[in-house]
Amino acid sequence: MAVAEPIFANDQDTGQSELAQRLARTWRQPNGLLGWFCNTHHTNIGVRFMVTAFIFLLLGGVLAAMIRLQLIRPENSLIGPDLYNQIFTMHGSTMIFLFAVPMMFQGFGVYIVPLMCGARNIAFPRLNTFSYYIYVGGALVLWGGMLTNTGPDVGWFAYVPLSGPAFSPGHRADVWSQMITFTEVSALGVAICLATTILRYRAPGMTLNRMPIMLWEKLVISVAVIFAMPAVMVASGLLLLDRLVGTHFFNPAEGGDVLLYQHLFWFFGHPEVYIIFLPGAAIVSTLVECFSRRRIFGYTPIVVSVVATGFIGFSVWVHHMFATGLPQLSESFFTAASLMIVIPTGTQFFCWVATIRCGRLQLRQPMLWCFGFFFVFLIGGLSGVMLASVPVDLQVHDTYFVVAHFHYVLIGGALFPMFAGIYFWFPKMTGRMASAKLGQWHFWLFFVGFNITFFTLHFLGLRGMPRRVYTYGPDMHWQSLNVLASIGVVFMTAGLLVFLANVFLSVRVGEIAGNNPWGDAGLEWSMSSPPPPYNFLHVPTVSGRDPMWEDPPDQPVVVGLRDDIRETLVTHSLDADPQHKDEDPGPSIWPFLSALAVSAAFVGSIFTAWAIPIGALPVTATLIGWLWPRGHSPTPPLTGESWPR
Amino acid sequence: MNASRAFVSHLLTQAQVPDPGRHNMLHPAAPQAGHIEWLYWFTFWILFAVFVLTIAAFSNAGAKTRVVASGPLPVIEKDEEGDRRAGWAVGAAIGITVITLFIILVLSVITGRRVEGLTSKNPVSIQITGHQWWWEVTYPNSQADQTVTTANEIHVPVGIPVVVLTNSKDVIHSFWAPNITGKRDLLPGSSSAFWFQIDKPGIYHGQCAEFCGLQHAHMGFSIVAESVDEFQAWQQQQLKPAAEPSTSEAIRGREVFLTHACLMCHTIRGTDAGSHLGPDLTHVAGRNMIAAETLPNTAGALAGWVVDPQRIKPGTQMAPNPLSGDDLQAVIAYLRSLH
Repeated sequence: MAVAEPIFANDQDTGQSELAQRLARTWRQPNGLLGWFCNTHHTNIGVRFMVTAFIFLLLGGVLAAMIRLQLIRPENSLIGPDLYNQIFTMHGSTMIFLFAVPMMFQGFGVYIVPLMCGARNIAFPRLNTFSYYIYVGGALVLWGGMLTNTGPDVGWFAYVPLSGPAFSPGHRADVWSQMITFTEVSALGVAICLATTILRYRAPGMTLNRMPIMLWEKLVISVAVIFAMPAVMVASGLLLLDRLVGTHFFNPAEGGDVLLYQHLFWFFGHPEVYIIFLPGAAIVSTLVECFSRRRIFGYTPIVVSVVATGFIGFSVWVHHMFATGLPQLSESFFTAASLMIVIPTGTQFFCWVATIRCGRLQLRQPMLWCFGFFFVFLIGGLSGVMLASVPVDLQVHDTYFVVAHFHYVLIGGALFPMFAGIYFWFPKMTGRMASAKLGQWHFWLFFVGFNITFFTLHFLGLRGMPRRVYTYGPDMHWQSLNVLASIGVVFMTAGLLVFLANVFLSVRVGEIAGNNPWGDAGLEWSMSSPPPPYNFLHVPTVSGRDPMWEDPPDQPVVVGLRDDIRETLVTHSLDADPQHKDEDPGPSIWPFLSALAVSAAFVGSIFTAWAIPIGALPVTATLIGWLWPRGHSPTPPLTGESWPR
Repeated sequence: MNASRAFVSHLLTQAQVPDPGRHNMLHPAAPQAGHIEWLYWFTFWILFAVFVLTIAAFSNAGAKTRVVASGPLPVIEKDEEGDRRAGWAVGAAIGITVITLFIILVLSVITGRRVEGLTSKNPVSIQITGHQWWWEVTYPNSQADQTVTTANEIHVPVGIPVVVLTNSKDVIHSFWAPNITGKRDLLPGSSSAFWFQIDKPGIYHGQCAEFCGLQHAHMGFSIVAESVDEFQAWQQQQLKPAAEPSTSEAIRGREVFLTHACLMCHTIRGTDAGSHLGPDLTHVAGRNMIAAETLPNTAGALAGWVVDPQRIKPGTQMAPNPLSGDDLQAVIAYLRSLH
């Protein structure tokens, strides 16, 4: 019988193998097909998020290639306007909602955060699993629509009244707005799980000011998600009401307001950019520290910058709406706010330079992608400064200049750090190193191809090519630049194929990685690779920001958590003192069944409002199953006694 | 199918070829676009310098400290003195960033005021109404019979301020002529106003910039900037009702126009055709292009458009008109007579 209160002991004292076996038995995830659907461990769900999101990156990329093929010559009759409008809408929606956020926020967050916290699982693991299935449901709805010629065709932000009932008959716009509901429910669920994990599941000793920057960024993003997502759910919800039951929220003929939609959408839409970029910045901060072989320079300024970005990100949305003809005072305000957000981002850049300058740079594979990020994101950030200026924005808004800008920002801010992160944590996830040689090919092909394609688009924009045109006249002289842009796609595709080959080969024959192949400072490198189902043999304690670098070999660990049930340690949100123990609910089929029921209700509501009351019945039934009381009585709370620091 | 494609591409290559400077924000023809171009280049060079400095800082830092090793190197001990120096450098860089941003902000606001502030009290007013997928152009006048209505081709006098009042009949469009000034959305349900003034006579190209549905790509317009005398002459011509057809073919063409679907959507002032769903055709022969800058205004292009507009602009609101060869020729002859 384990003791109820944690005592702190040296890791070496305990009989590891016996304890490991007991923990493995307790924390085991079920096998088999049914077991796959019951799995609630964060490492499994995190990898699923990443793999699924990567599949949608590839699908979105196929759509992008089709766009570039269509625009390769003027008056091209390869793709008609109807299909083209579906393709670019699907491309944008897929990349933002099915790739970027699920990969950068959910995927990396769910996998890394509990490991960095020193937790045995994520908080609310069933909600986390539910969020994954809901995300898959939304993805299937969107792509199912596309494959049945019901793909949305109103642009990824679906402005009214074009997406309203009068101008978009059929169900294409409904598919879009329900996909939004799915993916936002998923992001909200994960945001709650991550925020709770970060605030309550940190290892004893990991006070707020010792949290890795990654955890700070995930916390800020989670809060941003919790505030931003409701705005877009209101926007898409009201749109759905207009379309389904004949309300007039956005119908100007009946006193509705078309700009209301834009405000709601961009109040979500711009923080969304930071929801995508901040995880990238978090990866870069982590890697710069590791590969400069010194603690990050300017921990406090970076954390303040991240928090500031989270705040300012909510006060710049109107710069997407300058062309609607706003009063000059409000334009000036939003110009100032948009310029202001450069300051925290710049601060992070300067701290990264300083870290590298005062460190000992090892330009290994993941770090190469960070340098790619510095170059690409810098260009995107600087063209963003131009866009913050109202007069310049009024010229280049909705042209290929903006298309170039946001691909530099989003590919620079998400895709490059994503590859950096994948190469970095690949050994942790798979136990094997990814091939550095193939990684070089991957990087250079992708980097060159990316710049050929997207740098060219700046010039197309300056020469007046609007975005979202399915073709253009020969008299506009846009062909040669479009051909050049399309050539870059070949290189990017080749790079991605090399990456896939690299993953495929390295998983099988890659060099065995060991616990900490990069010599990084984070707690996620303290256990074997890939992590065991219980993550940590003993819940660790930490005495500094870089536990693997600073903690002495006799750093105490938490003992006293039961090993016959799934006990987790809950600590104080500020100073991470142990507070009480919680029981992980363990694997369950109910999250999957609930996700099925919710999906059925959402999909049904594309066709009839009755799907909501009728669909609520199975949703309620599955939630009752989910919330049915568990067997174990709670262990007594901790008394909050002090422990050696 | 191939024949029809060949026909369409034949029509399209007949389109007048404006030089690339006619749709380009970096070739300003109006003070508005001129101020913006100046701001663009000023900002560009500042940011270019920032780019060079930042990349140099990263390259220098990387090159100075790079070590090639296969395994992880030991972690560097704390260096208080080095960190303090780096702190000053980072602080200075942040300070320079703030100053640079402030300069850009001030110049941006000043430029915005110069672009938006109207000084003249006697401007020409033009009401632009967006439709899927063409532009209705009205020159409002307190006397209804002095109001000019046309489509897609906007005549303006050189050297006189022009105030544009925006509106939309259906979805959001965006009015954008890059040589003249920045874009402005045409919102259904609310109107707004902006102004420009063109200094150089010429024909400038513009295009819808806000995605508006199937034929967003084919929603162009042109701005014809001409001397005040030419502009007034044009306006007087536009005020007249449609010319009476003079040839027998054109007379028959009018009959065809008035007895087929044409009059369901179009207006020809002086005839029974008075619907406002489509462009006003009273002086259609005077325009350079048809179908919102999609086709040149030639007999062949016009015939192709009247018979099967869906082939040229799939999804356009205009329905195909299966006219007999004679009827078609007559209608084209009539439309070509409407100067």
